[in-house]
Amino acid sequence: MAMIDVSGVSKWYGAFQVLTECSTQVAKGEVIVICGPSGSGKSTLIKCVNALEPFQKGTITVDGISVGDPKTNMPKLRSRIGMVFQNFELFPHMTVEDNLAIGQMKVLGRPRAEAMERGMKYLDRVGLKAHAPKHPGQLSGGQQQRVAIARALSMDPIAMLFDEPTSALDPEMITEVLDVMVELAREGMTMMCVTHEMGFARTVAHRVVFMDQGRIVEDCTKDEFFGSPRGERAQLFLSKILHN
Amino acid sequence: MGGDFDWAVIWRSREVLWSGMLLSLKLFAIALTGGIFFGTLLALARLSSWKILSWPATGFVNLIRSIPFIMAIFWFYFLTPMLVGRITGQQGEAVGPFTSAVVAFILVESAYYSEIIRAGIQSIPRGQPWAAYALGMNYWQAMGFVVLPQAFRNMVPIMLTQAIILFQDTSLVYVVGLKDFLGAASKGGQLTGRIVELYIFVAVVFFLICFGASWAVKKIQAKYSVR
Repeated sequence: MAMIDVSGVSKWYGAFQVLTECSTQVAKGEVIVICGPSGSGKSTLIKCVNALEPFQKGTITVDGISVGDPKTNMPKLRSRIGMVFQNFELFPHMTVEDNLAIGQMKVLGRPRAEAMERGMKYLDRVGLKAHAPKHPGQLSGGQQQRVAIARALSMDPIAMLFDEPTSALDPEMITEVLDVMVELAREGMTMMCVTHEMGFARTVAHRVVFMDQGRIVEDCTKDEFFGSPRGERAQLFLSKILHN
Repeated sequence: MGGDFDWAVIWRSREVLWSGMLLSLKLFAIALTGGIFFGTLLALARLSSWKILSWPATGFVNLIRSIPFIMAIFWFYFLTPMLVGRITGQQGEAVGPFTSAVVAFILVESAYYSEIIRAGIQSIPRGQPWAAYALGMNYWQAMGFVVLPQAFRNMVPIMLTQAIILFQDTSLVYVVGLKDFLGAASKGGQLTGRIVELYIFVAVVFFLICFGASWAVKKIQAKYSVR
């Protein structure tokens, strides 16, 4: 069974339909990249996966648990899905180490010492151990995003969602974040990534999903996506972003 | 008349003045605590997507903010005993003027504070509660650990400004016969016939407290604006 199963999901903002019959699966250990022009609904779709955005039609299951079901304990399910945001969303009033510990302590009930130790382990992994006592505002964008990844990992997630993790970064900081993500993918983490980084997609993605106007118009393996001729819209998109 | 002030009257009236000041401070402290506590709940209710919470909260805040403060104090003094009397079927004064003033102050202040707190919560980017929820926090955890601490931090200066206004407003309780600081001076003035000196003293004390607090607010503002 797929780790993440999106089936026939539609979503409306009032009368405006933002997602139309979206279906895709992510198997355990699989890395999929979702791309597409802005306003195509990629960020909305990924936020539906952990119910930060509600959807009106279709089903999404994560590890067999239904996301849209009102009976589902959503906080519990979310605690098992890591999420990384475009604007990092570290908690600015807490130090880096407290950012890493708070979820573990308040949600998983880990004692402070254990939460701190685990936080440190992941902070070390993203190469930022020395910054533990600082506040997020004192770090660069790339460093903040690496802390955000470490924060998500410290909850021992079964899957990770990335919502344009490098879009808010200066070009020279993109690599340091992508390196962490590549490493994570190689370790076998199940990942769903909304990104325009086609280099990342080529390196580690198993599949590429292309969205346009709220629909999934391509869903194929990486080689198919970059190799054989695609639909007109995807070709146009690819030619534009690969030139940049 | 010019020049024959008797400033010693302040010292002679010190007991009544002090007890008035105590009443003012007590009312201020209770109204401030209650106002911020219930104001926070009201703000959360107003921002709720559940209409069953947001509509009554909005209605309450708009109602309270549209009536003069002094009227609310009156209302609760005369209306509460009547209502309690109707419900319990017993006649007589159910609550004293202090209790009814406290209720009125908490209700009015919670309406004013809820507007400040609502603006504070709305100033926090939407991604912050999202990040909290994504970690698995529930609503109260996301609010308590992530949103409200940041919101309150942004709100400190304006909340203190509101507190200064609240302190001045405690003098309104004279309408229900309570002896706050101003009321005490008034009473002392009647007993000694030296009302001018006592009123000048009251003005000076109010000025010092409120001006000092405003100055402190400015200092705090300068400190907190650097993030």
